[in-house]
Amino acid sequence: MQLSPLGRLALRLVTYTVLGVVYLPLALIFVLSFNSAKSIAWPPVGFSTRWWQGFLDVESAREALFSSTRLAFVAMLIAILLGSMLAFALQRYEFYGKNIISFLAVLPIALPGIVTGVALRNTFVRFGWDLGFLSVVAGHATFCIVVAHNNVIARLRRIAPNLREASADLGATPFQTFHLVTWPLIRSAVLAGGILAFALSFDEVVVTTFTAGAGVQTLPQWILNNFSRPNVLPYVTVTATLVMLVSLPIAWLAQRLGDSNPG
Amino acid sequence: MGERLEQAPRVNDSGRNFAGRGKPRPAFALWGLLTAPLAWLVIVYVGSLALLVVSAFFSLDDFTGKPTTELTIGNISEAFTQGEYISLVVRSVAVAIAATLLCFTLAMPTAFYIARLASRRTRRALVVALILPLWTGYLVKAFALRAVLAPGSEYGDGGFMSGLVGWSPGFGYVAVTLTLAYLWFPYMLLPIYAGLERLPNSLLDASADLGAGSMRTFRLVMLPLLLPSIAAGSIFTFSLSLGDYITVKIVGGTAQMIGNIIERALLAPNQPLAAAFTLWPMMIMVAYLAVMGRAGAFKNL
Repeated sequence: MQLSPLGRLALRLVTYTVLGVVYLPLALIFVLSFNSAKSIAWPPVGFSTRWWQGFLDVESAREALFSSTRLAFVAMLIAILLGSMLAFALQRYEFYGKNIISFLAVLPIALPGIVTGVALRNTFVRFGWDLGFLSVVAGHATFCIVVAHNNVIARLRRIAPNLREASADLGATPFQTFHLVTWPLIRSAVLAGGILAFALSFDEVVVTTFTAGAGVQTLPQWILNNFSRPNVLPYVTVTATLVMLVSLPIAWLAQRLGDSNPG
Repeated sequence: MGERLEQAPRVNDSGRNFAGRGKPRPAFALWGLLTAPLAWLVIVYVGSLALLVVSAFFSLDDFTGKPTTELTIGNISEAFTQGEYISLVVRSVAVAIAATLLCFTLAMPTAFYIARLASRRTRRALVVALILPLWTGYLVKAFALRAVLAPGSEYGDGGFMSGLVGWSPGFGYVAVTLTLAYLWFPYMLLPIYAGLERLPNSLLDASADLGAGSMRTFRLVMLPLLLPSIAAGSIFTFSLSLGDYITVKIVGGTAQMIGNIIERALLAPNQPLAAAFTLWPMMIMVAYLAVMGRAGAFKNL
């Protein structure tokens, strides 16, 4: 396609502007977490680390951090297990209704979170299940399955089927083939999917709000409950920065793992 | 040539032709793999959605505030006939469309630059850099946009924009649209980028050889071929924007969207009415998915 040098320059400019706009607000939160004033106004008044130092003394925030981590971990395990099983089923077999099932897996993230959240809450309440840690785990696992599934199925598609056939021809049982051939090839994709599921769960707020009872408060919920309280606001910027500093590197790691060559 | 040989039909012991190589017919193992995830998705998820639709017809026990199984169409008629709610739905759809268009307008040139013009190394780095924020937390980003867009008062307590250029759109529908576009941008970028990478160069060259300028090639060759990718991306940007209520709380000021009335009804507590309101985004999304499905979106999800 013929593009004038001016056209190329314009496209380049748009791309780097978009990149800048994407990271500017994130950088801003980082800077504001060191603001000595209790405000998110620009420009910051002065430099201070007191919000960072005081953060761990804010008991509610600390507890929220723990419950977010625990929650994301359990949701991740369920997502890895169910997502991988689904990926194997959809990649290795031809059967009626396959398209519907892959559509079904995407639905929890394609429908607005509030629909998923209200629907699950409604079901839990109707059947008399207590809203609490387990109901939030169930909600999170529902929309995390697709992330694990996507990563595993993408890897399975890249593995040549003749490796499995060779293994079988050489006398390996299906279990041995899985253990010695398939698993080493998909390991990194499973891990990548798991990490992304963890990150997705760690910062989800809508489904959490509707499926959590009074006893559970996650980090995002804590931010939501406190961003309009002037006295807690500086800790909100610290928390937000913390979430960023945790999730950016692990998401980057997951990208690397997901892209790495099988083996 | 090698590929051709590999795809040559093979004859197995029973003399049958196996077109789908390495893809056995449904077996015991398939059900072993499918049962658990399907049970989860169908019973827990689809079951809940179905129950939600049903519970929109339940009436509320005035005394206990709990839904009873007595059927009524009161909730549905309240949610679907009152002008106040209808205008709220129209505004929500308008915001979702605006955010989707904004995402597309920015994602298209960006994806094109990355997929077609950037060097191999930069390409990889740019994709990762633009996808990563997807995982940094919805609330973190919405809150960050609050710090950017906060309007200033006479005390000079405005956010980044107002402090730097002396103007900001303030809190309201514009801020909500901008924030939603910011949040869901990667969902639009990724499928368009993937679609552009798959696009054969020869088609663009042929178009140029036949005398089409770059805009014409874009309009008549690229856009139709990218339509499924764009449709796939728009499902996320549209749907996630449509149902949003937290961004509205953070940067919306007095603005309201469907999500806010669902939440309000739920906290009232009027569960059946909340369920009736939820039918709005569900119906809109079913219609949207049907239209986008025709555009080929599901091959790209």
